[in-house]
Amino acid sequence: MNVIEIKNLHKTYNTSQVAVKAVNGIDLSISKGEFTAVVGPSGSGKTTFLNMVGGLDRPTSGEVFVDGVNIWELSSRKLIDFRLRNIGFVFQSYNLIPVFTAKENVEFIMQMQGWDAKKRFERTKKLMDEVGLGDRLSSRPGKLSGGQQQRVAVARALASKPKFILADEPTANLDSHSTENLLDIMERLNMEEEITFIFSTHDPRVMKKARRIVTIEDGKILSDERKEAEVAH
Amino acid sequence: MSAMQTNFKLAWRNLWRNKKRTLITLASIFFGVLIATVMSSMQEGSYTSMIQNIVKFYSGYIQIQHEDYWDNKTINNTFEPVDSIFETVESNELITNYAPRLESFALASSEALTRGSAVIGIDPEKENEITGLGKWVVEGEYLRADVDHVLVGSELAKYLELGVGDTLVLLSQGYHGVSAAGKYAISGLLRFPNPEMNKQSVYIPIRTAQQLYGAPNRLTSLALMVEDQYDLEKAIEGLRQKVGRPYVAMTWEEMHPELLQMVEADRAGAVVMKAILYILIGFGIFGTILMMVAERIREMGVMVAVGMQKTTLAMLLFIETILIGFMGVLAGFAGSVPVIAYYFNNPIKLTGDAAATMEEMGIEPYMYFSWMPSVFYNQVITIFVITAIIALYPIISALRLKVHMALHA
Ligand SMILES: Nc1ncnc2c1ncn2[C@@H]1O[C@H](COP(=O)(O)OP(=O)(O)OP(=O)(O)O)[C@@H](O)[C@H]1O
Ligand SMILES: [Mg+2]
Repeated sequence: MNVIEIKNLHKTYNTSQVAVKAVNGIDLSISKGEFTAVVGPSGSGKTTFLNMVGGLDRPTSGEVFVDGVNIWELSSRKLIDFRLRNIGFVFQSYNLIPVFTAKENVEFIMQMQGWDAKKRFERTKKLMDEVGLGDRLSSRPGKLSGGQQQRVAVARALASKPKFILADEPTANLDSHSTENLLDIMERLNMEEEITFIFSTHDPRVMKKARRIVTIEDGKILSDERKEAEVAH
Repeated sequence: MSAMQTNFKLAWRNLWRNKKRTLITLASIFFGVLIATVMSSMQEGSYTSMIQNIVKFYSGYIQIQHEDYWDNKTINNTFEPVDSIFETVESNELITNYAPRLESFALASSEALTRGSAVIGIDPEKENEITGLGKWVVEGEYLRADVDHVLVGSELAKYLELGVGDTLVLLSQGYHGVSAAGKYAISGLLRFPNPEMNKQSVYIPIRTAQQLYGAPNRLTSLALMVEDQYDLEKAIEGLRQKVGRPYVAMTWEEMHPELLQMVEADRAGAVVMKAILYILIGFGIFGTILMMVAERIREMGVMVAVGMQKTTLAMLLFIETILIGFMGVLAGFAGSVPVIAYYFNNPIKLTGDAAATMEEMGIEPYMYFSWMPSVFYNQVITIFVITAIIALYPIISALRLKVHMALHA
């Protein structure tokens, strides 16, 4: 079953002089457990595309189905709630609420979902262990490195038990060591827990880790390659 | 921890993200509230003492009258107090004293000269307790209840060419048209701060007045005193339940509308000053909130992206803004309460011309402070209203937030 189904997606930005066709007709299906990289030159429409898939930016036309739900038909309150319960987000940087500790940042999502305190704490502890930060629960984001912050963001994204995690250039501000570390964690979560990831990147080393690479140019899909070999291996 | 508690925690911590800025904002509210409270306390204190002086001197805080007397002040609209009235007055704990009066007009004459006068029949002892009438006696002696003597205003005595020990003739119309005439020895002369009163006043014991006017036992008013001006409303409520027609209980506010107007006018003037002060403070707070929102757009975008409702975000920012105001008010009170407490117990003694004038008028030359609750809660309300209005900005920003744009910021 496809977790995500994208049909003829368009987005036109009307700036003062010209209408920019940021996304110009994309069809794509993503099934559970895929580890997909969206790549393409700067300005090709990656961010715009991911924002529409994640329910953050309304398409000019086209449809996005998540688990069969046409998300852009939801009211704006319902859409926010849908994101809360179904989609995990990791952004490029400054992902976290700076006045909350790492633990509070992760717990926060579960609290909004209405979990009770005990379950929240247990799961937060588990998720922070999974991203290798079990000992940094009470650190505030400012006291964590960029890589650690991104790992907390992954833990937060997982907190909602999402259908998929959307990450727009999650490693763009990280050094190579932290990049590798974050990707290892994402890959492991994907393999072991079948978490579906879609992320965009410029970084060839990051692309190499992906098992599916969707290349976008001028708001259209240029190629869509699967590395079946690596799954077998 | 509930979601609301988390919101408070978040708001509280956010407040201290930029300590310096928050402290500066708080300091501005602190000074504003401090100035406004101390100023209001001083104002209310001076109104209270002015009202006390005037009310004590002339009317008492409350008067019980015949229902027709206020509109038509004739001897025919007097009343004969039934015992139950005295019982009601005595049993009302808020009423500390009372004085019966019978007031009317008369032609006051010496052998050769005549002039109109205001005759006021009083219970010498009670009147002195309440209005301190005795202290205006400049020559001769104060009245005694059982002696048919009179006190005459100094100017009136001078016009009539009369002095202490001379005889004053009073001629008037009494109750239901009977003729009223009497001859009385002058026991003393009165000099009031108010020249009009010096030209008109004739004080006589109430029994003497009742005889003169052929109105035994009748009163024009029963003047009542309360301990504290702010007890007045409760006191009058208690009275009005028990004092029915044809009697009415009137407050000083009803009897001296001009005094009330003066106080209101002065208050209005002060309100303008305080408004200016608070508008300045309001802009300071607004600046802080403006910057706070601008700095946090991206963060707000992330919060809504991961699933926070915009209304929740708006609530969060509202709490934050209100918290600033609330803390500022508390700080302001922490500053003003000791100041007011001190000056309440140690009123400022005035010096110079103002003090001299006050003393001449029989008013103690002190600047009094007030503990009136409105001195404080007015500031709370004002700051709350200001911050609530300012909070509209972050609230609207939150509700209109475009997530993808905010994430870009
Ligand atoms: N809010 C907007 N208003 C107007 N034009 C926009 C807006 N957002 C994006 N665009 C335009 O849409 C096109 C696609 O932008 P987008 O950010 O999606 O590209 P991208 O592939 O993410 O680029 P990068 O790799 O630099 O992040 C660009 O031409 C960009 O200028
Ligand atoms: Mg981008």
